[in-house]
Amino acid sequence: MTVLEQPGAYRPTPPPAWRPRVDAAPLLPDAEPYRLLGTSAADDVSPDLLTRLYAELVRGRRYNTQATALTRQGRLAVYPSSTGQEACQVAAALVLEEQDWLFPSYRDTLAAVVRGLDPVQALTLLRGDWHTGYDPHEHRVAPLCTPLATQLPHAVGLAHAARLKGDDVVALALVGDGGTSEGDFHEALNFAAVWQAPVVFLVQNNGFAISVPLAKQTAAPSLAHKAVGYGMPGRLVDGNDAAAVHQVLGEAVRRAREGGGPTLVEAITYRVDAHTNADDATRYRSDKELEAWRGHDPIDLITAELRRRDLIDDDRVEAIRQDAEAMAAALRERMNEDPVLDPMDLFEHVYAEKTDQLREQAAQLRAELDAEGQEDRENEAQEGTR
Amino acid sequence: MTATAVETARKPATMAQALGRAMRDAMAADPTVHVMGEDVGTLGGVFRITDGLAKEFGDDRCTDTPLAEAGILGTAVGMAMYGLRPVVEMQFDAFAYPAFEQLISHVARMRNRTRGAMPLPITVRVPYGGGIGGVEHHSDSSEAYYMATPGLHVVTPATVADAYGLLRAAIASDDPVVFLEPKRLYWSKADWSPDHPEEVAPIGRAVVRRRASVPGGRAATLVTYGPSVPVCLEAAEAARAEGWDLEVVDLRSLVPFDDETVCASVRRTGRAVIVHESTGFGGPGGEIAARITERCFHHLEAPVLRVAGFDIPYPPPMLERHHLPGVDRVLDAVARLQWESDWTEGSVG
Repeated sequence: MTVLEQPGAYRPTPPPAWRPRVDAAPLLPDAEPYRLLGTSAADDVSPDLLTRLYAELVRGRRYNTQATALTRQGRLAVYPSSTGQEACQVAAALVLEEQDWLFPSYRDTLAAVVRGLDPVQALTLLRGDWHTGYDPHEHRVAPLCTPLATQLPHAVGLAHAARLKGDDVVALALVGDGGTSEGDFHEALNFAAVWQAPVVFLVQNNGFAISVPLAKQTAAPSLAHKAVGYGMPGRLVDGNDAAAVHQVLGEAVRRAREGGGPTLVEAITYRVDAHTNADDATRYRSDKELEAWRGHDPIDLITAELRRRDLIDDDRVEAIRQDAEAMAAALRERMNEDPVLDPMDLFEHVYAEKTDQLREQAAQLRAELDAEGQEDRENEAQEGTR
Repeated sequence: MTATAVETARKPATMAQALGRAMRDAMAADPTVHVMGEDVGTLGGVFRITDGLAKEFGDDRCTDTPLAEAGILGTAVGMAMYGLRPVVEMQFDAFAYPAFEQLISHVARMRNRTRGAMPLPITVRVPYGGGIGGVEHHSDSSEAYYMATPGLHVVTPATVADAYGLLRAAIASDDPVVFLEPKRLYWSKADWSPDHPEEVAPIGRAVVRRRASVPGGRAATLVTYGPSVPVCLEAAEAARAEGWDLEVVDLRSLVPFDDETVCASVRRTGRAVIVHESTGFGGPGGEIAARITERCFHHLEAPVLRVAGFDIPYPPPMLERHHLPGVDRVLDAVARLQWESDWTEGSVG
């Protein structure tokens, strides 16, 4: 006979009253993306910051067009352009202190360059001469990450480790809208919130994961809304408004630095170029949509602000344009040099010390290279005698 | 018994105790060593391997993480980037699969992709293998997946002394190490003391656990590792009754692979049988057999044979004894080593 068939035999105690652990309201993002440029609040943005953002945006746009041109010349294997998204890239790089860390994805070369990386080294992955062309410790920029969202837990771990050591370090991790669907996005945000790690997540929502639009990516009210489920604040910002992105990220970084834990920031922006040079964006989006976003261009927005506040004139605009042009010319020139590669490097960094197996394989390749060299020398000698 | 209570004099200790003691000693010696995983703190791990560590070193050094393997390993990557030495516990073999992307796309290749600038000294402890009556997803032998990934060391101890020595070496290694713990040997015992740990060769060296007494006779080499080592030693004892003189090579490390020790043994005996729990098809035995054949062909008196788990998903516990290679199956393989065809005068038998 079961318990249920004996009325009165089992008297359950009522469960403890349940209530949410925190008030969710402060964690929720505002309904509208935060905007600064063109509003009265923009008056408070320092002229220095505005002009700096402007100059970096202009350089960044030129960097994107130059890198895209390099793919057509065969100098880059691929380039995922951030044209249209420069405000996010520039703000992400400028908001960090020297000791902080940036965790970029493959589309965030520009952020790495603004952070101080040599542009050629930042393009090493995309040129194809090595996977990461720089020492991540030098500027505290993690390797450009190709798998989606997998760099986010790294950012959390690094920030957590720094805090355990008592160091004043904040990690800022970049991810796209598509990346928010990945399991690692969830796990990273969850760990960050549980550990109260000093980390900021910036989602650059550019509308498409290659060809898949946001509506097919998520049913959430916004990507920033996902934050509340982890117990961290979500912030929504106009991703083309460089001053607004800088301010929102700045507040999140400050909060993290002061021990307030992580923040999820969603920047609404648009990828003006295709996913990469190998993509045909006309198959999945309309010219009309593109034109609408071109009308909300990050450089135009900040230029209007600078003009309104009389912080810039034609001469200054021209000087910044020329500076960007010089940067592009220097990049073009350096990228036109063939990189010098040593095939023996293939075996150098698999392990701290080569295994016996790798030593054997290195010897095999050495012999092949020597034979090739011998053949080349013989061919040259033969041609010389003709 | 807490790890610290293990006394100076050698007395019976389990592999589980030796593993715990290895982490304890590593944490005491190096403040950058951090143990992390699901249940490793208050509970001491579901196998109690990390028992006492949180109490001795605090929650920051031995951390109960959220239940998320990719997150555990992914955050460990970031911690290692910042100079820590995370020792990560994956609770059971099959539970490690969500962390595969982190392991393969980042842990294994971060040193390589950064040209040596960012090595990741992470130890990933994975209790693996069957024989403990575990239900589905608790008994996989996943070593072939790890072996197939350049950049990882793959280590698996079979004795109490090796468990301690190799885990210390793994934690001290500047390369990531997948440390496979044969969970059915967790409670195997040996006389051992942490205060006088036996000398254990560095990662990458195999050891001959049993020498063939009369080389060139009816001898053969059993090449094995982890949970199958005791099986092979038992088989070698039983083989004496048949006049077979078996060497047992315990690989200890699958990557790097010790061709030298394996081939020296096979050249002595002229025959080889590879024994492991993992599936035969696409399993470690195929690689090992190929390596032996490439290096010892002219010394071989018979084809290299494999005794492996069947090519099936790990069976339910009530059937696992039919799947796991046992002494009889090893002896059956030895019996197929074409003894008669090369029977020469002067051989012992």
